[in-house]
Amino acid sequence: MTSESDAYERRSAAPVIAPVRPRKLAKVPFVELSEGRLQGVVSSGSDVERVYVSSITAGDHGLSCNTNNNRPCGGLSGGTRACNHLRALAEAAVAQYGLDRVARYLRVTLPDGAGDLWSGLHTTTAPNRAAEVFSGFLRHLAYLEVPPTADPLPELQWFPAAGAVR
Amino acid sequence: MLADALRSRPAGLDEALALIDGLDDALVHGLARIDEDRAAALESFAAAFTGSPLAGRVSDSIGKVVAGTVTDDHVAVLAGARSALTGAVHDALLAGLDEALGRVREPWAAPAGPAHSGQVLAGGRSWLRELAIAGWRGVDHELANGGAQVVSALLADPAGRRLAVLLDGFSAELRCAAPVATLDRVPVRRWADLWSRAVLLSQETFPAHEAAPADGRFLLLGVDLHEHPTVFRAQAHGLLESPGGGVRLVRTSVAAAKVDTISGPSAWRMLSAFPVFRAALAGQRVVELSGMPLTPGGDLLWDESRAAVGEPADPFAAARVRLGGVSAPAVAPLDRHPAAIAEPVLLEGYTAGEGSFDLGGVTLAVDSDRLPEAGPLTPALVAASTACLGLLRWDGGRWAVQPLAVQATVRKKPVTVHTADWALGPTEAKAAKAEATAGTAVEVLRERAGRLLRR
Repeated sequence: MTSESDAYERRSAAPVIAPVRPRKLAKVPFVELSEGRLQGVVSSGSDVERVYVSSITAGDHGLSCNTNNNRPCGGLSGGTRACNHLRALAEAAVAQYGLDRVARYLRVTLPDGAGDLWSGLHTTTAPNRAAEVFSGFLRHLAYLEVPPTADPLPELQWFPAAGAVR
Repeated sequence: MLADALRSRPAGLDEALALIDGLDDALVHGLARIDEDRAAALESFAAAFTGSPLAGRVSDSIGKVVAGTVTDDHVAVLAGARSALTGAVHDALLAGLDEALGRVREPWAAPAGPAHSGQVLAGGRSWLRELAIAGWRGVDHELANGGAQVVSALLADPAGRRLAVLLDGFSAELRCAAPVATLDRVPVRRWADLWSRAVLLSQETFPAHEAAPADGRFLLLGVDLHEHPTVFRAQAHGLLESPGGGVRLVRTSVAAAKVDTISGPSAWRMLSAFPVFRAALAGQRVVELSGMPLTPGGDLLWDESRAAVGEPADPFAAARVRLGGVSAPAVAPLDRHPAAIAEPVLLEGYTAGEGSFDLGGVTLAVDSDRLPEAGPLTPALVAASTACLGLLRWDGGRWAVQPLAVQATVRKKPVTVHTADWALGPTEAKAAKAEATAGTAVEVLRERAGRLLRR
């Protein structure tokens, strides 16, 4: 008989990824915690053809913000004071994953009662990762163009649809 | 009868699971780091195959792995042997259940069709081998990301979809958990399951099976929803009444690719290519099928042009009249796994408690983790229910029921609620408003894709 203590370890349907919370996507269409960074894409306020690719590294909190055409963001301009794009990115990440999960991933120690990620970030500058992150965003968008299927996909029995946080 | 089956533990079950756990534990630390205890567990695993056709290959592969050589071939043998054990567990559990339910299981008789091949599969195999060598504890960001390229290549080929969907869900979990060395608890059985399913699917010899056209009436029993960050799938369980008079259990499903920010009721929007399917689900309507392909494993391959929606038919009435003694589809040999058991049942006359049903003689757990946000069925409705259509599942050492529909009494009024009631959008004002807001995500992303993708 499986004991209670290792029930999680011996469950085929053990939950691993917490469901993301719904949020508005118009300003920040893409956010992910990946490759040791909080990274994503922020729509430009002035030009519908342009997006900013922003990231914050875990651990040393290195900031980076560039356009999809690889021009440096004027707001950040290589400094350590977050631009509006980075602030929007962090806000979207907190809305999507919750403050605790984002803080844990970035290895941020928040002061007691802090409701804001920035109070715990000691920012540095980081190398430009715009090309990688932008291609990740394009891969993400490409899922919307994958045709649907009626294949029985038996392995989906391992992936129940996300339950509500009721 | 059912109570007995749910309470009993088939002979040899615990021993088989202990062997599986031995292999699974070796995968936690990786095949490159096998200590004495793990080597002993692997040797017992190999010994269990003595006298079977797999004996030679299993003992040879385990010997090589313990000695420090891990090839694609050894990895395939480990996954194959593990699936023989999970298959045996599946058979023992399902046989007991079939007997208790008076369900006649069709024998598997389909010949293996032509398998598919390709360079893409080799990429998948090599990533899966690296994972096995490193072990879950050795998965860092880079190794976790290794699955992404394989998935992109597989998605481009319809024949690669099954493996692509599995690898994408699996690698998303690894990415989320990386670096796994610092994770509190590792889902040992789950990742070993997903890994070994993927290893088998990435063999060129994995068999495909031909579907045959089927006619008749499809009567809906209930709908199960599946999801991971990049897929949403609705799978309907139902009864197929053949023109000849036979009745059998079948399933049919449609799945759409999506992204993680599309979830909950708005995920149904991704299935807009299937208006007939969604209308049948939302209204519990009969579907007349003409020449819809049916696999030997009981899956109708949904085709909108071969389906016509008929009059509403109450799934509870259909289950009361037709579910007893129904014939059930055979299970494809390589799909036999306890976690793949999802047997439709109608439960009545129970006492609903907090998270369980007292069936009289046995307490059956309710799997509340499988009540999706995309539908209106809630734990409170289940707790207030007097009849439940659901799927019997076995996981974590016990049986549980996943409700798909309930008849309940709410504020002294009888209500009936099905998981797919919102297939055409939420029918309740508050949920509809939330869906309308969340649903704009789909439009925003489509607009972004339109502007940025074709450059």
